[in-house]
Amino acid sequence: MLITTSRKIVQVISATLTNSYIGSLFTGTIYQGPLKGFCVPALNCYACPLAVSACPIGSIQHFVAHGAYHITLYAVGIITLVGAAVGRMACGWVCPFGLLQDLLFKVPSRKLTLPRAFSYGKYLALVLLVFIIPLIYKQTWFCKLCPAGGIEGGLPMLALDPTLRDLIGTMFTVKMLTVILFIVSAILVKRAFCRTACPLGALFSFFNRVSLFRISVDQDACIECDKCRQACPTDIKIYENPDDADCIRCLECKPACPVNAISYGLRNAALTQQKETFENA
Amino acid sequence: MRRKIPYILLAISILLILAGIWLGELPRIIKNATTLCLDCIGIG
Repeated sequence: MLITTSRKIVQVISATLTNSYIGSLFTGTIYQGPLKGFCVPALNCYACPLAVSACPIGSIQHFVAHGAYHITLYAVGIITLVGAAVGRMACGWVCPFGLLQDLLFKVPSRKLTLPRAFSYGKYLALVLLVFIIPLIYKQTWFCKLCPAGGIEGGLPMLALDPTLRDLIGTMFTVKMLTVILFIVSAILVKRAFCRTACPLGALFSFFNRVSLFRISVDQDACIECDKCRQACPTDIKIYENPDDADCIRCLECKPACPVNAISYGLRNAALTQQKETFENA
Repeated sequence: MRRKIPYILLAISILLILAGIWLGELPRIIKNATTLCLDCIGIG
């Protein structure tokens, strides 16, 4: 209960801090200050009138399409820094779009389980829409399709600036279709976008296996009751692989475990504990 | 060796951030993020 409450509080604070430019409500323009130089480790559209930071995926695409050496060391460095420290934890604790999905899943409806193969979709989105297509066509194609941009940027900006409404065309219709698809899938499936389409989640997922912070499961104590899976926002069986690429390190599984088989901490401490358990057995 | 990997990655990440700043990426990130992204709002 403590972890669930703490996580919700951190998610709300993070969403508020990264979207705190209320001046846009009066001026109708986006934030122009120096804080936009910081790439927040979350999918938060910089076209959102409230946003005070840059989107790392938007920045990466911009450099791939128009940069002198087609990569931004700065944004990749921030993602590597966060990933190496805590793996995908930013997805579970910081990302406002993740919070939105957690809230949408609370809408009463029939719930569906996502086949595991769909998880590879995010890597496809990363490679094709963030790197290859922007490199070839010099356009930021993930941004064109991103539902976060539609919800956080598109709809509010069109509401604030009537002149933009004259520019609406086919791409806006496509964008709204991705928004509808996102909302419906988030209601039916746990964190559907994070698991199937988020390129930032795909980048962070590479670090779960090597991050300083890690989760471990005492396999001898685990009774595979699946209580952890029921509590998990991404519907994974943590006891099968504590370093699962879809694990967003939300830690909801720990209080859900009836036999206290799940622990977390820094890599060295967790490895030492595992070693001691093995030696005592 | 496995224990050292996160620390090596953390060191690399700091070097990447500093290299990016040294190569002048920061003003470009700010310029890109402060210009309304038409692709993002669906009219690009």
